[in-house]
Amino acid sequence: MTTIAPDEEALAAVFEAAVAADERIEPRDWMPEGYRSSLVRQIAQHAHSEIIGMQPEANWITRAPSLRRKAILMAKVQDEAGHGLYLYSAAETLGVSREELLDKLHSGRQKYSSIFNYPTLTWADVGAIGWLVDGAAITNQVPLCRCSYGPYARAMVRVCKEESFHQRQGYELLLALSQGTPAQHAMAQDAVDRWWWPSLMMFGPPDDESAHSAQSMAWKIKRHSNDELRQRFVDICVPQAEALGLTLPDPDLAWDPEREHWNFGPIDWDEFRDVLKGNGPCNGQRITQRRTAHENGAWVREAAAAYAAKHGEDKR
Amino acid sequence: MKTETPAFVAALSLGDDALVLSHRLGEWAGHAPVLEEEVALANIALDLLGQARVLLSLVGDEDELAYLREERAFRNVQLVEQPNGDFAHTIARQLYFSTYQELMYEQLAQGDGPLAPLAAKAVKEVAYHRDHAEQWTLRLGDGTEESRTRMQRGLDALWRYTGELFAPIEGTQVDPAPLREAWTARIGSVLDRATLTVPQGPQRGAWTAGAGRQGLHTEPFGRMLAEMQHLHRSHPGATW
Repeated sequence: MTTIAPDEEALAAVFEAAVAADERIEPRDWMPEGYRSSLVRQIAQHAHSEIIGMQPEANWITRAPSLRRKAILMAKVQDEAGHGLYLYSAAETLGVSREELLDKLHSGRQKYSSIFNYPTLTWADVGAIGWLVDGAAITNQVPLCRCSYGPYARAMVRVCKEESFHQRQGYELLLALSQGTPAQHAMAQDAVDRWWWPSLMMFGPPDDESAHSAQSMAWKIKRHSNDELRQRFVDICVPQAEALGLTLPDPDLAWDPEREHWNFGPIDWDEFRDVLKGNGPCNGQRITQRRTAHENGAWVREAAAAYAAKHGEDKR
Repeated sequence: MKTETPAFVAALSLGDDALVLSHRLGEWAGHAPVLEEEVALANIALDLLGQARVLLSLVGDEDELAYLREERAFRNVQLVEQPNGDFAHTIARQLYFSTYQELMYEQLAQGDGPLAPLAAKAVKEVAYHRDHAEQWTLRLGDGTEESRTRMQRGLDALWRYTGELFAPIEGTQVDPAPLREAWTARIGSVLDRATLTVPQGPQRGAWTAGAGRQGLHTEPFGRMLAEMQHLHRSHPGATW
């Protein structure tokens, strides 16, 4: 290991003090290399999740059962592309390029949220994603609005506002189904049954197995542990499910008066690891579609670059 | 559906155009060449869907009209139902249609018919769609050799569906002759700036003279409707 130069030591002290005082770190500030690379990894993975996350929902745009629902879904998928753009911009303030990050996504060197490797089999899945998947995302992301890195925190403020809107719309979609015909109600229940456990997995591995957690919390990138956030999410969802008139697929779900939290059953971590490794139902399909869109679009990007080069001077 | 007065036929024709093109653009979600285009294409699709909902609601129940009519009852022009093809093909379709739609809505907005308020709002959206299509026509036409070839191919392939845009629509009081003149001049100037050639062939085929407006469509349209209507039709009477 190289020794830290005295001036670097001073810079590190300034950084530590700023984090301790809950000040924001900005792109031009000195930061430890580990902090920078952790953030690049996390923000990129977040951006990739927005982009891959468009697919399971876009799968239903052309089949949405009413024009109102179709408009809502299109707007949502559009917002996700927009969130991807904010997040790639936030990552770029750390000295990486969008192209570089997309390349890492396409080659499997960077990950995206494992939830998007599950298929959307019915229209009700669109509602379950809105309620549960976006709900879990919001639970994760609201604390990130206070993340120590300024550009990421500010991106999260914008993302969370739009995300909560989607979540309410997803919930309302499920409510309409739950209170609809028996076939619609069954469709809603089936979707919740399939999306509940994968949504709980979105908070990541249990605290004692989470590789990056301790350091991220010390740097105030993360504010709460995986298990803490997961518990918070379960506590929010149980009464919401009841209001929906739907059940959650967990026989161990029970109120614990001592902890004042809902107890819940064990998560199938083997499945989680399996999906993470690439063996989920849609891993191959998702990445292939993304790569194909990118490859098929190469000539368009080349044309735009060639045109800009030719007309650079009289662009104004 | 209410009785087929000219005003209703007009709203249905323009509403179907917007509905069908919006659907086609929705198929791009998750497949666009750059993220910025994911946003732009969805944005245009949403504007069009918004227009369709207003127009169809003038005629009857929007969902009944969108989901329970069969192919022969749709009044959209054949141009908007054409499959997306590659990005250049989609842009060619956008260029032809948005130029037409802007001119049409400008005319309608100036009139005092029932469509004037909708047209006055929509013309602002459509001007943006036209600008988007023109910018891409320039980039692709004057970009690389490959993009130029693809753009020209898209323009040529869709040319035969453009004549139908100028069949008079009963109930709109829009004179198609000056519309056609303005459209032809605008397209000519854009293609010229993009170093592209205005296609030479006929602007109609044996089956395409005003055909979509009369409910005569092309083969891909039925398949598109099958996908669009399937879920709604599977649950008769349900609300969503």
